[in-house]
Formats: sequence, structure tokens, C-alpha cells
Amino acid sequence: MNNITDSQKTIDLVTRTLNKRYAAEYRFKLYGLAAMTIGLACVVLLFISIIFSGTSALWQTRLRLDIDLSVEVIDPDNQKSLEVIGEADYAGLIRDALFKLFPEVTNKQQKRALSGLVSAGAEFELRDLVLAAPELIGTQHSVWILAHSNVDMLLKGYIDQQIVETERKIDDQTIAWINQLVATNRVAQHFNRDFFINGDSRDPELAGIGGAILGSFYTLLIALILSFPIGIMAAIYLEEFAPVNFITYLIEVNINNLAAVPSIVFGLLGLAVFINFFGMPRSAPLVGGLVLSLLTLPTIIIASRAALKAVPTSIREAALGIGASKMQAIFYHVLPLAMPGMLTGAIIGMARALGETAPLLMIGMVAFIVDLPQGILDPATVLPVQIFLWADSPERGFVEKTSAAIMVLLGFLILMNTIAVILRNRFERRW
Amino acid sequence: MLQIFTAITLLSLTLGAYFVGRNRAVKLIKLHSLPSYHGYFTALWTGLPGAILFLIWIVAEPLPTFPNFCYSTSCILFTILCLLTSSVGLMWSINLVSPQFQARNQVELALRNFMIVCSTIAIVTTIGIVLSVLFESILFFHKIPLNEFLFGLEWSPGTAIRADQVGASGKFGIIPLFVGTILISCIALLVAVPIGLLTAIHLSEYAGPKTRAIAKPALEILAGIPTVVYGFFAALTVAPAMRDFGNILGLDVASESAIAAGLVMGIMIIPFVSSLSDDVINAVPQSLRDGSYALGATHSETVTRVILPAALSGIVGSILLAASRAIGETMIVVMAAGLSANLTFNPLAAVTTVTVQIVTLLTGDQEFDSAKTLAAFALGLVLFIVTLILNIIALHVVRVYREQYE
Repeated sequence: MNNITDSQKTIDLVTRTLNKRYAAEYRFKLYGLAAMTIGLACVVLLFISIIFSGTSALWQTRLRLDIDLSVEVIDPDNQKSLEVIGEADYAGLIRDALFKLFPEVTNKQQKRALSGLVSAGAEFELRDLVLAAPELIGTQHSVWILAHSNVDMLLKGYIDQQIVETERKIDDQTIAWINQLVATNRVAQHFNRDFFINGDSRDPELAGIGGAILGSFYTLLIALILSFPIGIMAAIYLEEFAPVNFITYLIEVNINNLAAVPSIVFGLLGLAVFINFFGMPRSAPLVGGLVLSLLTLPTIIIASRAALKAVPTSIREAALGIGASKMQAIFYHVLPLAMPGMLTGAIIGMARALGETAPLLMIGMVAFIVDLPQGILDPATVLPVQIFLWADSPERGFVEKTSAAIMVLLGFLILMNTIAVILRNRFERRW
Repeated sequence: MLQIFTAITLLSLTLGAYFVGRNRAVKLIKLHSLPSYHGYFTALWTGLPGAILFLIWIVAEPLPTFPNFCYSTSCILFTILCLLTSSVGLMWSINLVSPQFQARNQVELALRNFMIVCSTIAIVTTIGIVLSVLFESILFFHKIPLNEFLFGLEWSPGTAIRADQVGASGKFGIIPLFVGTILISCIALLVAVPIGLLTAIHLSEYAGPKTRAIAKPALEILAGIPTVVYGFFAALTVAPAMRDFGNILGLDVASESAIAAGLVMGIMIIPFVSSLSDDVINAVPQSLRDGSYALGATHSETVTRVILPAALSGIVGSILLAASRAIGETMIVVMAAGLSANLTFNPLAAVTTVTVQIVTLLTGDQEFDSAKTLAAFALGLVLFIVTLILNIIALHVVRVYREQYE
């Protein structure tokens, strides 16, 4: 009797609280969904904000000027030698063409402001143009001249014209000139090829990521050459040969810990050992590659060990059974089967190394370098460090350049990860 | 220039030695080892001694600068020595080629030793980190006493222009940096732990295989994005948004506030929490779930009262790993947090962190022995020790957890 009332009570309790419990269940499920949505929204927001501010950097404003390539200025003695042509006053030619468009400008100060419409690098572009086609000398030629970053920013709408003139980068007079140029169809946005070729520059309109990409390439090359073979060898030893003892345990703990050491500490190691102790050059891709190879080694070892572990024992036993030595069994039979997994690990490690910034700041790859690096000993910078440098710059023109550089960096990362995924899906065998 | 010549000659000698050794073995009958192993053996004895000498030379000599070629007598002597050793090795090993000679065993032994050397590089790296950081730190502690460094409340590594200037020696108290680091890391964890953990629960317990297949890699993208990108995002988008938001609420938010850097760092470490917790939750045996359902518990009750307690140690491990990530993170705070060391727990104020100070101290141009540069290494030592302790505890906790259910 007592039992029945007890269970009756329980049933009552359950029915009474059931709706509440189901509501709690529903809420809990909603929390999970919300958390996941927030996480995914962050990914989307990040990408959108970068793409939104970076796409405009792919186009650069240019002004169409009718430049009088007069013989008197370029080649007065008619020597026709490239040396003479190369040293002519092209900046003056561009200025003259501009002044001709605005004959009302006579004031010296205003003239200087007017010539500020074109980029400081425009004269070199014009020089290269004339050097490539000397037959143009003596004619009047219509050339698209690179505009100054402020002009570019104004036309892209990044400069608020409502602010007080004194707080603006560009004054009312200049805006009037630009509007006049726009009205006469002399302004256009051209694809910014220079951005992918040029090295760094103080002028946003001239700065490019070519040097940084080359630097990244050299650095990653060194890192890959060093860390891939060493990582594979270490993985094979630890997985196939190592006896179970204290030293092996110590190595394993070490590798796992190294994978979680802050990357900036590796930079300190590079600075103290490679640069101060061995006297290697600062800012060189060689040192960067060495540091990054130490940084990626744990990743590659862990991935390679997983790949070796996935190869079934029967393969080894079959090889041993027909008389192969252990080394032969591993190098001729196990290693080829584990290779796709190892390559995947190496690519993922390299992708991580490509995005590393902090350790490279420590070894001086943060210097301002205009020239493209020619080898692994030349001072260079890498793509993420270039992004850091530009992000720090107060010039408005660098904001879009930074975002564009980030887009390129993310593009490379996506490419590498896609290759890794394809490699894994195509060649990985399930046993 | 001479180095390059030597390297090329050594390489071609080694390659030649392989073919000579193999060809000699091919002519013999009843060999113990395959002819190619004899080739490898001779190549090894030709290349290795020369290469070791060559490496010593390269390390001892500063790297060649291309305009001035190295034509000194010592250089020429070294070249001759390298090549001579190689030739002697070739002569010696080529005479060993015979049917009885166990070339394969010799080559395999050498390969095995090479593998051992490769796998000890991890230990060598750790020792290198400890030694390099420790050595400079000891120099630093000669100038600044240890207790002043550890318990000082003021951080202002000023440069002395005059010797008698006020604050010429600078103040090196690490407490404000530590408070800043902990503040930003706590904000990051407050963002990442709830989101990461709930995401992990949702993915492993509720989501269908299709959602899982899309959401998991999508979240992992967050872990793959370079931190410099997060830094830019924090400095350009989040920090101004925070300031504007604060203005609306009538709060005074610094433009380099701790909360902006912490928020973005939290986004960065979401995948560290979520993917590790996901693994951990999946490792909880199905029998525990089934038992809970059999007692009439709902799904969410099972999760909160059975699965989470069972997975707790693993989750704690993943949070500790995320915390060590947050403490060691550099670029986000360099770009979005401040430089001045304020001793405050106010998340709206600008604070600085250990990593920010390491970067600021080392990226300027100053002589290597100054207290400022050495201080960076002392900070590095502290950072290394703290993250190492966190990592060891976390890895241990996770391992013990795995063993519990295996």
C-alpha cells in the first residue's frame, strides 16, 4: 500500500515537472545552437570586414596627363643613349603637363600643392616607359600617371568632405582640382598590378607585397627543407624503433610541450643563439627559416607519427616475413603508405609557419626594406610582418593595403589547407 | 666562394663514391648485402667526415659576404683538409667491399643513429630555449635584484640620457605586466569557455552529421587564421566599436582597452576549447549516457549531470591549454593593447602584457647588454616557465582522463 502511494507520488512529481524539464531541455539546446552560431558569425564577420576594406586596394587611381616628351628636356644633345634618357627630369615633365591643365594656378605655393596630386613614384614609371619606347621622345603622349594616395583615398570615399578643412588631409582647393579632372574624364581606377610586384614603400600608392611574398617564400623554403626530413626521421625512430624507457618518454613529453610553447619564446631563442651566438645576419630569411623549422618540428613529428601508426602491422610483418630487414620494411613499404599523411602534416605545419609573426619580430625581420630580397642572406620581411608594419602606419592609404595583404595571406593559407585536404582525401587509405 | 666550391666538390665526390662502390660490388658474387648498400656505405664514408669538417668550418667562420672572397691560408688549408678526409674515407671504404662485408647492417646502423639525433632535436631545442633565456636573465638579475623584479609595482624601462637623470635606471617591476596579462587572458577565457564548451556540447550531443561536417571545419578556420589578422581586426574594428559603445553607455573606454584585445583573443581560442572538449565529450562511454536515459533523464540533464562531470578533468585540461595559449599570445595584444603599464583590473582601461613588453623592448635599436634588452629575456623566462607549468598540468590531466576511459 505504502509502495503504491510512493510511486504515485513520484509519477505526480514527474508529470508536474515534466513541462518545466522539457522547457529546460529546449533552452539548453538553444544555448548550444546560439554558441555555435556566435562562433560561426565571428568567422563570417572577420572575413567580411577584411574583404570589405581590402578589395578597393586592388584598384589604384591614375590621372591621364598629356605629357610633352620634348627632346630638349629628355635628350638635349640628341645622344640617344639610355643613360642620358634615364637621367632626364621626368618629374618636371609631369608637373608641366599638370600646370598646363590648370593655367590659372600661378602662386608658387599652389603650384606645389598641384604637383602633389601625382605620386612621388610617377616620374620613375614615366622614365621606364620612355626607356622602353625611346621613339616616343619628341611627341606628346597621353599617359596614365599614378595619383597620390590622398587623391586615391578621396575618390574611394575614405576622406570625409564634411570635416573642417584644416583637419582634413586634403584641402578644398585640391578637391576642386580633382573634381575638375574627374569632370574632364582624366581620372580612372586601374588594376593595381604594382601591389603584387613592388617592395615596401613609405608612400601607400607605391607600396606592394612582392618583397614580402618573396621573403616568406625563402623563409618557408628553409623551414621546409630542415623540418620535413628531420621530422620524418624523428617520427620513424619514435614510432618504430625507440625502446620504451625514460629517455623516450622524456622526448615525447618534450615534443608535446614544445608544441604549446608560445612562439615568441622561439624568437628569443633565435635572437640569442642564431644571431648573437653564431653571428648570423639579422633580418635574413635563413634565420627566420631556422626559427620556424624549430617551431613547426613538433607539429610535423606528431602528424607523421599518426600517419605511421595508421599503417597496419600486417604490412610490416609481410615485409619481414619475406626476409626484409626492419629498416627495409619501413623505408620500402611503410613509409610510402604513410607519406600522404606526413605531407599533409607538413603542409599544415608550413601553413602555421606562414602566419607566424611574433618570433620573426624578435630576429629583426621587422625592418623597413624596399628592395626585393635576392637570396636567403639578404634582409627581408615576410607577409604577416608586412601586415603588422602597415597596420601600425598612421597613413589612411595603408588601411586598405593591409586588408588586401591579409586577403593575399589568407588566400595562400586556404590554398595550402585545400591541398592538404585533397591530399588526405585522395591518397589516404582506410585499412 | 671557396665554401661553395668545397661543398660542390664534396657532393660530387660522395655521388661518385656511391657509383664506384656499387659497381665494384656488382661484379662480385654471393654478396651479403645488395650492391647499392655497398654504394651507400662508400658514399657515407666519403661524404660524412668531409661534411662534418665543412660544417665546423662554416660555423667557426662568419658567413661569407660575397664581395670579399675568402682566400686566406686558413681557408685554403681547410678546403684541402675537407677534401683530403673525404678521399681517405673513400679509399678506406672502397677496400672493404667484399662478398662477406655486411654493408647493409653498417648503413642501417648509421641511419638509425641519424634518426636518434633527429629525435633528440626536440630536447636540444628545449635546452637551447632554457639556456639562452636563462643566461641573459642571470645577467639581468645582476643589474636588477630578483625580488624587485618579481614584486615591484612599477614598470617603466626608461632609457638614460644623462647618468644623473631621474629614473635613469628604469623601474622593472613585473606585477603590472602580470596583472595586465591575467586581465586580458581572463576576458578571453570568459568569451571562449562558454562559447567553446556549449559549441562542443552541441556538436557532439545534438548536431546531426551534416551540421557537424560543416560547422567543425568552419570553426577550425578560426584556429588557422594568423594572429596578426586578429590583431588588425581588433585594432581597426573591435576597439573603435567598443569605444563608441562605451560612449553610448556613458562609459570612458580607452582606445586600446583590455576588453577589445580580450574579446578578439577569446574568439581566437574558441576552437582550442571547442575541439578539445569535443574529443573529450566523445570519449565518455556510451554506457553512462544509456544509464542516465534509462533513469528517465532528459538529454540536457544527462549532459549537465552525467557527461560533464565525467568529462570534467578533460575539459579543465582543454581550458588550461587555452589559457596558456592566451598568455603567450603576442600579436593581438601588440596591436590592440596598450604600451603603458597600468596596475588596474578595469577592463575598460589600457593595460600592457608580458609579450607586448618583450616585443617593444627588443624591436628598438639599442645595445645588447642594456638592462632593457636583458629585461626582455627575463620576461621571456617568466613567460616560458608559466606556460610550461600550465602545459604540463594540462597534458597530464588530459592523459590521466584518457586512461580512465580506455
